Amino acid sequence: MSAEVKESQAAQSGTERRLNMIEAINDALDIMLERDPDVIVMGEDVGYFGGVFRCTAGLQKKHGKTRVFDTPISECGIIGVAVGMGAYGLRPVPEIQFADYIYPGLDQLISEAARLRYRSATEYIAPMTVRSPFGGGIFGGQTHSQSPEALFTHVSGLKTVIPSTPYDAKGLLISCIEDNDPVIFFEPKRIYNGPFSGYYDKPAEPWKRHPQSVVPEGYYKIPLGKARTVTEGDALTVLAYGTMVHVVEAVCREKGVEADILDLRTLVPIDIEAIEASVERTGKCLIVHEATRTSGFGAELSALVTERCFYHLEAPVERVTGFDTPYPHSLEWAYFPGPVRIGEAIDKLLKD
Amino acid sequence: MADRPDADREAGANKPTLRLHVPEPKFRPGDTVDFSHIQVSEPGKQPRPDEACDARETAPLCHDLIRVLGDDNRAHGPWDPKLDPDTLRTMLGHFALVRAFDERMFRGQRQGKTSFYMKCTGEEATSVAAAMALASDDMVFPSYRQQGVLIARGYDLVEMINQIYSNKGDKLKGRQLPIMYSSREHSFFSISGNLATQTPQAVGWAMASAIRGDSRIAATWVGEGSTAEGDFHSACTFATVYNAPVILNVINNQWAISSFSGFAGAERTTFAARALGYGLAGLRVDGNDALAVYAAQRWAANRARANAGPTLIEYFTYRAEGHSTSDDPAGYRSAQEREEWPLGDPIMRLKNHLIALGEWDEERQEAMDREAAERVKAATKEAEKNGILGHGMHQPFRTMFEDVFEELPWHLKEQAEQATRERLIKFHGGRPQ
Repeated sequence: MSAEVKESQAAQSGTERRLNMIEAINDALDIMLERDPDVIVMGEDVGYFGGVFRCTAGLQKKHGKTRVFDTPISECGIIGVAVGMGAYGLRPVPEIQFADYIYPGLDQLISEAARLRYRSATEYIAPMTVRSPFGGGIFGGQTHSQSPEALFTHVSGLKTVIPSTPYDAKGLLISCIEDNDPVIFFEPKRIYNGPFSGYYDKPAEPWKRHPQSVVPEGYYKIPLGKARTVTEGDALTVLAYGTMVHVVEAVCREKGVEADILDLRTLVPIDIEAIEASVERTGKCLIVHEATRTSGFGAELSALVTERCFYHLEAPVERVTGFDTPYPHSLEWAYFPGPVRIGEAIDKLLKD
Repeated sequence: MADRPDADREAGANKPTLRLHVPEPKFRPGDTVDFSHIQVSEPGKQPRPDEACDARETAPLCHDLIRVLGDDNRAHGPWDPKLDPDTLRTMLGHFALVRAFDERMFRGQRQGKTSFYMKCTGEEATSVAAAMALASDDMVFPSYRQQGVLIARGYDLVEMINQIYSNKGDKLKGRQLPIMYSSREHSFFSISGNLATQTPQAVGWAMASAIRGDSRIAATWVGEGSTAEGDFHSACTFATVYNAPVILNVINNQWAISSFSGFAGAERTTFAARALGYGLAGLRVDGNDALAVYAAQRWAANRARANAGPTLIEYFTYRAEGHSTSDDPAGYRSAQEREEWPLGDPIMRLKNHLIALGEWDEERQEAMDREAAERVKAATKEAEKNGILGHGMHQPFRTMFEDVFEELPWHLKEQAEQATRERLIKFHGGRPQ
C-alpha cells in the first residue's frame, strides 16, 4: 500500500474529530511518547506549564518528568544534549520556543547534528525533531516573527518540514519523529488557531470549519518529501508552504483564478516530481514565502523550476516574499506578503 | 532503538540504576507556601571588603545575602551607603513612577493600545537603585525589565510610551517590540529580544573603554534563567581575562516564564557563586533592599573604575507579576508566593525606612503616588496624540527599508517602491509615503 493510500484511508476511517494545529501537534507528541519509549520531549517551559503556545500541555503529567521536561534557557544546550541523547539511541523532540531563538543552537545543528551520520560513517546518528514556531502575523516584532527556514535548507544533512494544517501537522510530525535524520519542524504560529486569508483586519477564522482540521485519532503518518495539492487548476502553479498556503488559496479564490496550488510541506527533500508535473502542465510558476527574499527558499525553487521546466515555461518564474528587512513591529502588515502583493504577481504572470 | 546495557553486565554487575533528576519548584498553584528554607541573613552582618580586594575575598559573600535594611526599618552595618534623605526621596520618587508607569502600560495593553508589555513589579530596586549608584554616563546594557534604569536617568515618559505604542512619535520608527527601548543619549543600549546577548556586549564595551583610556564603565543586567545561555559564559570569561571594567548584574527573580531558578542551576549553588570559578568578584544581595542594591552596585562600580576588576552581582528578588502581558503565572506557581516572599516589597521597605528616619510620612507618600499616576496619565495622553498600535500604520512605508544598511541598495529600493504601490492599492489612493 502506498503512503498516499494509507494517508487517505486514515483520513476516511477516522472519526470526525476537529482539532486546531496546537491540539494536533499535542496529539502527535502524545501518541509518539506512548508508542516509543525512546521519545523525549524537552524545551523551555514545555513541562509542567505545557509550552507557551500550549503544544505540550498535559504531556508531562501523562508521561512523566523524565520523558517531558523543562530545560535551561540555552538553545545551544538543548540541541547539544539532543545530539547526545540521539547518540545513545533516544529520539529527542526538542522545542525551541521561537524560531528566532534558534541561532545559539546553530553550531550544534549545523556542525554536529547534521553531520554526525556522515562523519562517523553511520556509527552514530542524531535523530531529532526540532520543533519551533516561526513566522509573523502576531505583532511579535523582529524577535518573534522570523522565517529562517532557508538557513536550514542550505545545510546538508538536515531535513526541513513545515505543515500548514492540523491534519498534516500531526502526520508529518509523527514521520519526523520516526525519521533517523535530524529534522527542523517549523510550525506557522499565525495559523496555530485557524487558517489565515491574509486580511489581518477581517475576523480570525477558527480551524473547525476547515476540512483539514479533521484529525483522526491514533497513529498515522504523512510521508516526508511529498507535496499536497491544495487546489487544481491550469492557469498557473503556485508553490507555497505554511501560512502562505492559505493566503494564496484565498487570493486565488477571490480572483477566480484556477491555480495548481502545491503545499510543499517538506522543503528538504523537496517533492520535485509534483513541481515538475504541475509546471509542465501550467507553464507558469509563482513562488510565495513569508521569509526575506534574497537567498530565500524561493530562490532555490526558482532555480529548480528554471533548470528542469525551462522549455515548458511561458513566463518568467515569479517570487512573492517578505521584504529584505527585519520584521517590523508596527508595519507588520506592510511587510507581510499579503493579498495585494500576491494579486499583482498573479496578474503579471497571467498577462504574459 | 536505544543502546541497552548488555545482558551479562546487567546481570553480573552490582551497579546502581541511574536516575535523571528533573528540578521541581517547591510550590505549584494552590499549594501553601512556606519560604522558611530561604536564607534571610541578618542585616548589617556581612563584611564589606575593600573595593580593590582580591576577587577570592568575596567568596563568603557569594553564599551570604548582603542586607542593610532591618525589620526595624533602620540601615545597618558596613554596607549602609549612608545616602542623605533627599537622595532617598529621589529614589522613592523613581520607584513610584516606575510602578505607576507599569500599571498604566499594562492596562494599556489590555485595552488594546499595544501588543505587549512587561512589568518589573517587586524588582524596581534592582534597576533604579543600581542606576543611581552608577555615573549617568556609564554605559548600561539592560535586559527587557530595566525600565527603572531609564526612569532613574530621567528619560522622557512620552518617548517611552511612543515606543510602546509604536506610533508616529516612536523614535525607533515602530520597528521594535514594545519596551525594547534604545537611548544612546542616556547611555542605554538598544534592547534585544534575544536573551543574554547583551552580556558579552557589555564586556566588549568595557574593554573598548579600557583600550581608549576612558573613565566610563559598563554594567549589564540579565535574568537568572538567561545565565544558562552560552553568551553569559562568554561574558564572564572575557570579563576576567581582560579584567574588564564591567558589572554583571544577575537579577534572580526566581522565575523565567514558567521555569523556576532550579532550571538555571539554583538547586546546587547561588548565581553569585558563578563568579568564583571565573575569578570574578561576586556579591549576593537582597534585591528588595534598595540600600543594599545601591551599596553593592557602588562597590562594584568603584572597583571597576579603579581597574581592580569586574564584579558579578546576584540580586535575590521576586518577579511579583507575570513574565509579560502574554503570560499568566496562575498556571504554574502558587499565588501565595508573592504574599509570602520573605524579603518584602522594595518600595515599602524604602518608604518605611524614610518614615523611621522622620523624613517621610504616609500623606506625602500618597501625594507622591498620586502625582506619579497623574504624570504617567498626562504622558499617556500626550503620546496617544501620536497614535496607538493597530490604529493605522503610523510610519511611512519607506522607513521599513531605511537603516537595514547605511545606504539603500537597489533591491531594497525596488522593494520600497513595491510597498508604496501596495499602500496606494490598500488605502484606495491614500497618500503614498
